[in-house]
Amino acid sequence: MSAFRTTRRGGVAIVTFDLPGESVNKITQAVGWEIDDLIERLAHDETVTAIVITSGKPDVFIAGADIEEFTRAGTAPEMSRLSHDAQVLMRQISARTKPIVVAIHGACLGGGLELALSCHYRVASTHPKTVLGLPEIQLGLLPGASGTNTLPRRIGVRAALDLILTGKSIDTRKALKLGLIDEAVPPPILLDVAVAAAERLAQGWKPKRPGRGLMAFLLDQTPLGRLIVFRKATRQVEEKTGPHYPAPYRVLDVMQTSMSEGIVRGLEEEAIAFGELAMTDVSRRLIEIFFATTALKKDDGVPAGIGTPRPVRRLGVVGSGFMGAGIAGTAAMKAGVQVRMKDADLARVATGVRNAERIVESQLTRRKITRFEFERQRALLTGTGDWSGFGAIDLVVEAVFEELGTKRQVLEDVERVVSPQAIIASNTSTIPIADIAREARHPERIIGMHFFSPVERMPLLEVIPHEESSVDAVVTAVQFGRRMGKTVIVVADSPGFWVNRILGPYINEAGFLVDEGVPIEVIDRVMTEWGFPVGPLALLDEVGFDVGEKAGMVLHAAFGARLSPARALAALRADGRLGRKNGRGFYTYHAGRKAGPDASVARLLGTRPPPDIDESRIRERLVFAMLNEAAMAMSEGVVRIPRDGDIGALFGIGYPPFRGGPLRTLDTIGPEEAVLVLERLAQSHGARFTPAPVLQEMARTGSRWYPAGVDR
Amino acid sequence: MPTVSPGRRAVVVAGLRTPFAKAGTVFRDTTASELARHCTRELLYRAELPGDMVDEVIYGQVVPSPLVPNVAREVALLPQFPKTVPGYTLNRACASGAQAVANAADQIEAGHADVIIAGGVEVLSDIPIMHTRRFAQLLQEASRAKSLFQRLAILARVRPRDLVPVAPAIAEPSTGESMGESAEKMAKENHITRAAQDELALLSHQRAAAATRDGRITAEIAPWYGGPARDQIISTDNLVRPDTSLEALAKLRPVFDRRYGSVTAGNASPLTDGAASVLLMSEERARALGHSPLVGVRSYAVAAVDPGWQLLMGPVHAVPVALQRAGLTWQEIGLFEIHEAFAAQVLSNEQAWASPEWAARLGLPAPTGMVDWSRTNVMGGSIALGHPFAATGARMVTSLSREMIRQDVQFGLISICAQGGMGYAMVLENLR
Repeated sequence: MSAFRTTRRGGVAIVTFDLPGESVNKITQAVGWEIDDLIERLAHDETVTAIVITSGKPDVFIAGADIEEFTRAGTAPEMSRLSHDAQVLMRQISARTKPIVVAIHGACLGGGLELALSCHYRVASTHPKTVLGLPEIQLGLLPGASGTNTLPRRIGVRAALDLILTGKSIDTRKALKLGLIDEAVPPPILLDVAVAAAERLAQGWKPKRPGRGLMAFLLDQTPLGRLIVFRKATRQVEEKTGPHYPAPYRVLDVMQTSMSEGIVRGLEEEAIAFGELAMTDVSRRLIEIFFATTALKKDDGVPAGIGTPRPVRRLGVVGSGFMGAGIAGTAAMKAGVQVRMKDADLARVATGVRNAERIVESQLTRRKITRFEFERQRALLTGTGDWSGFGAIDLVVEAVFEELGTKRQVLEDVERVVSPQAIIASNTSTIPIADIAREARHPERIIGMHFFSPVERMPLLEVIPHEESSVDAVVTAVQFGRRMGKTVIVVADSPGFWVNRILGPYINEAGFLVDEGVPIEVIDRVMTEWGFPVGPLALLDEVGFDVGEKAGMVLHAAFGARLSPARALAALRADGRLGRKNGRGFYTYHAGRKAGPDASVARLLGTRPPPDIDESRIRERLVFAMLNEAAMAMSEGVVRIPRDGDIGALFGIGYPPFRGGPLRTLDTIGPEEAVLVLERLAQSHGARFTPAPVLQEMARTGSRWYPAGVDR
Repeated sequence: MPTVSPGRRAVVVAGLRTPFAKAGTVFRDTTASELARHCTRELLYRAELPGDMVDEVIYGQVVPSPLVPNVAREVALLPQFPKTVPGYTLNRACASGAQAVANAADQIEAGHADVIIAGGVEVLSDIPIMHTRRFAQLLQEASRAKSLFQRLAILARVRPRDLVPVAPAIAEPSTGESMGESAEKMAKENHITRAAQDELALLSHQRAAAATRDGRITAEIAPWYGGPARDQIISTDNLVRPDTSLEALAKLRPVFDRRYGSVTAGNASPLTDGAASVLLMSEERARALGHSPLVGVRSYAVAAVDPGWQLLMGPVHAVPVALQRAGLTWQEIGLFEIHEAFAAQVLSNEQAWASPEWAARLGLPAPTGMVDWSRTNVMGGSIALGHPFAATGARMVTSLSREMIRQDVQFGLISICAQGGMGYAMVLENLR
């Protein structure tokens, strides 16, 4: 079946891209061949004066290349070949003498934008769904269909670097300003304007494109200017992404070659870089994560086809503290639902509503939404000191003080006021959901939703069914979490759930290192060097010592000596330290900003730095504490499949994406090696490092968490 | 085409208002649309009513902002409603809120709607201040000018006196007489003494204070989050003076006639900000949705008198008509709510309702009735609570409905005098 259909409007041939059997248009090899043939034919058709390319999909122009297809290529030369073929296709399009115009409505990404760049004129619709970008860097790649070469020539080196290095998408207005597109028009006249432009181009019209000014000329077109631009960009990449991701450096190299030695050399380098990057472990991990998150978007945590989600139009949030306000604001902002907040008195509710409004407001200050949209979202947020308005609530999320008695009391109140169909979720990080639900009148509608703080920024949500939770409750919670913009994993009702469970031994180990006198900055640095955004002690400062201690105690009580906490935390807690929230933790804070490691911690604990600090040993202890626990929890079924466990660590803890997640890391190391390391650590540091039985088993049988090859 | 369904009855299901606050205080930085939206939204939640059940929003506003001429539609555009709920704003002067309730009842009885939010709002902190007509003309001319030189030439004609801002006055456009002057005139005409006016004002404050203390009034108020950080909870009206006395009231100087006058700031209703909403349904729909109606709208009537004569005598004409339409006599009414624009006006109305001469003038066989103050304005009135013009009528409907239920009274009557010599009356019937 053909991916393109051609219609005529006078002399203009309108080519509509509509990939059969897919919801979006993707560029595959077959698509490339087909469009090449089609344009060749139209070029020789004397009745055709010009060509317009558009999309037949609602709100998508072209979403990019088919990633599944190019993960099938096995070697770097094969991948370079794919890149080269695409480059040839693009060059042939731009070399046509008959004008080719693109009419862009909806997402125009990756290969889609590269195709648009190779056409002679670009018209895009002014619609919120119309966005343009080159996101390849997010998969550890670079734009391989000539984009690294054509984009800087179209919009200048600096703007091109900004788009390619971040992989971000921009809207039509910004694209017009950058000169990425020639015209921005309302959707209903998009095709008319594109056809009219095609007709004029066919009559020899030369569209005037304003220059980018003297400064841009000096920076892009002179060796000295380029030296300045690329040096600055390199420094920024070093600062922002560090040494673990090769793609940004290759982008800089390719673009520099292209601008100084010409496009022919640039294209050669682009194809080579594309092939080599595609073979890196980093790119493989990032592509696996892409597939995993895509799959999770369709996974409700129960076997497909069972369970009816309750449509959520009104959300109740009980407890208007930091968590409650975060949940409320994010729900109004992302899910667009009415939110009714409840707390003991109106003064607290007012503060909660105000804090929720601030989250919504942040979009206004960042110009993400109009004032009208802001007012609409803001009006979704209301509060009450009694339970008024809860009768019509579909889903209640309780985010009150983390104490079983309080939670049960709130649950009792909620059950009294809501309709029998309402689903009730408890936001807790430490209390088993079954305990909270034990005395409920309808335990089947009760479920756990563990949000991470700050809710508006943290991308993960753990949904925790207890034994009696209904399938409908699970599906409702998962789907609503997704509407809130979260990546949702369904985890077992076991102490610490998944994220805090694997975090526990890691944080404990950091504590033992503090006990031994290892300087704070060393402990945190070895982990940031390994790829974490922050080290374990800085993380504990953010979370708060009170919260950390509580979680530690729950895990200790549940799992015994293996999870016994370090001495340091209790001692620091006794000193009145809470972390960032009271400005006193492992670090000092000045006016809310982290200043530096707090030297008084060592004095307080009476520790002295050990004479020889072996950083690789420190790193090994921290990493393997987490990996071993992940294997243990996985084997207990805390998450259903390794994919969920890895995504949870990536999005919940900031586990380094290029390592793919703790279970993926174990596969990379190999269970045999992991067991050896753990046994060695157990000998010198204690039984807590005893390898998880499942790892020993895997080492014996030579099995892995994931099947070989790319997991989809 | 009329779709008359006989037997359809419009009922009041619930009502809620914002706190009423002296103009320029709590709501100084607020707009009418914000206030109206706040109290309507809260009414929806308290009534546990999903917004998609509502067919229409009818709101009153006497002094609208030129930027938001139809506040009702702004209310209907709350995200709690679907975007398809229409809304219109009406102006029956001080009876606007009550007129909105009447229009809603009419629409429901005609079968055009089943659920309507009616109400009124006034933010006198945000009245439009205009330019002079001449300045406006010059600006318009300048905007049509073809060249910069022409434009400058036109603007050069602006004189300092053109720049003096024009604020709307509470005066009759037909006579130029201010509301206060009319009240003063009526006090003299009907021999209403200063002492009688002050006594009525005192009663209003004392009753409003008592009803606030015992929670009857606060139950009708949706608390407002005030202050720059919006962390001040305001759940009561700020004009009620629980500790005022006849002595304190007597100390105030007359405003409109310094020598022989009797109308003071103490015995007149003050300039006030506030909003009030009422939820009306067809009785059938209310019962189907599980709501227990408070009252039914039994009848209403509007009348008008020559504004150049005794401006605020409209209620004297309207009340007997409403009673007649209700098929009731004054004696059968258990509770009265009389809008207190001025004590002098209330007392003049009282006199006329009881007077045989007035009865004869109106062609009635007997006087309308005697005001029994133990059954009238039992929770205070506009003098104490304040008078956000269009909100007052809706406030009275809610208060009277709830008080009728509380006292188990069969019928209640509302009387409102309004600008332009108009009068409004409405009879409500207890349905519980």
